[in-house]
Amino acid sequence: MNMASEIASAPGLRGASDPAVRMEDVNKWYGSFHALKNVNLTVGRGERIVICGPSGSGKSTMIRCINQLETIHSGTIVVDGHDLTAGGKNVDLIRQETGMVFQQFNLFPHMTVLENCTLAPMKVRGITKVEAEETAMKFLRRVRIPEQAAKYPAQLSGGQQQRVAIARALCMNPKIMLFDEPTSALDPEMVKEVLDTMVDLANEGMTMLCVTHEMGFARSVADRVVFMDRGEILEVATPDTFFDAPQHERTRFFLGQIS
Amino acid sequence: MIRVFGWNEFLIIVVAAQWTIALSAIAFAGGSVGGLLMALMRVSEVRAFRRFATGFIRLFQGTPLLMQLFLVYFGMNIVGFAINPWIAAAVALALHASAFLGEIWRGCIEAVPKGQREAATALGLRYYHSMRHVILPQAIRIAVAPTVGFLVQLIKGTSLASIIGFTELTRQGQIINNATFSPFLVFGTVAAIYFLLCWPLSLVARRMETRFSRATAR
Repeated sequence: MNMASEIASAPGLRGASDPAVRMEDVNKWYGSFHALKNVNLTVGRGERIVICGPSGSGKSTMIRCINQLETIHSGTIVVDGHDLTAGGKNVDLIRQETGMVFQQFNLFPHMTVLENCTLAPMKVRGITKVEAEETAMKFLRRVRIPEQAAKYPAQLSGGQQQRVAIARALCMNPKIMLFDEPTSALDPEMVKEVLDTMVDLANEGMTMLCVTHEMGFARSVADRVVFMDRGEILEVATPDTFFDAPQHERTRFFLGQIS
Repeated sequence: MIRVFGWNEFLIIVVAAQWTIALSAIAFAGGSVGGLLMALMRVSEVRAFRRFATGFIRLFQGTPLLMQLFLVYFGMNIVGFAINPWIAAAVALALHASAFLGEIWRGCIEAVPKGQREAATALGLRYYHSMRHVILPQAIRIAVAPTVGFLVQLIKGTSLASIIGFTELTRQGQIINNATFSPFLVFGTVAAIYFLLCWPLSLVARRMETRFSRATAR
């Protein structure tokens, strides 16, 4: 066990005994490029993790491994008690239990907002259209855009589209939400409405892993901040320690650059 | 005895256009099924599928349609079927269309942004539902114009079936010409009928193309 994993499973953090996500010695290569180097991270249930670091540091790759949008070459990933590396059924199961929000929203442009939200629950969970629409409206109300249900994604602003994407993911009743730079493609005035939605979600106790450059969000919402550089986890700390007393030199350099 | 190219001869040629239309329709229907299969194999994660489809497409794109007609026509005889120009022409043109439509549609499927498939996967949708509800409906919008464009090529391509003895528009023209010796009139008529079949389709294709480029302009 290296230093990062000891920090990651430090005692006193919530849900450490029955983690939502456990990554052990995860390695991934793109050709000869070592994208993830011995990544160890344990995320407790209900924990809010913010992952930051310079671009190309492996943040997105890491969270995309959790629902196997990317495959890993060695190591173990266990999500909600299901071992991803065992493959097959477990991968399907984990994808149903993790919701993901992308930088580019990735809404289905040929479907209305409501259809975007009902497709997966109907086809994957097999629930009826009426039920699916009820659930969809519930979550669209929660992200505060129920009145847009009949519109197509192209008719909405970026912030609204991203909130639809969050609602769409929530309709599958996920236990874990993954956010991959959810506000990076947004105009500045729309960042807040998306972050507010994420804060609401955090307050309801959702387990969240967020790759984001929004340091204000990290400080106020995160239980722990993970700093990555060149495919490695260099530092895992509470926001106070992370921002006020960063341990690693590269963390200090990174924080110096973005502030 | 030389017949005069008159109203009757003209009508015989016009009526033969139905066989051109029928052959085009069958080839296009067969080609649509085969083309979808080829396109899905080309974008498959299974390497053997990709290789097979690539080989099939290269083979049909790299040989003349006339040779494909000959090979199917004589090949059927070798494997024990009776020589039948109708079936040979339909099979050869359907295979030909499968290869070309497969390649066109592969491009359309790949033109759908990668994030769409990822979003579907992240929601737990598996291959069938992801293709059926997310990827193909978007690919079809892109595919309409080039598909109609290929249909025009296919209709013109059916004229080669005359060489293996299938009596469609072109062959009927040859027959009438042999009796009337008015090649300019006869083949002028034949060409005009092809034009009347293809030109409206070209117009439709162009209209769809502009509509699509407007729809995707940002």
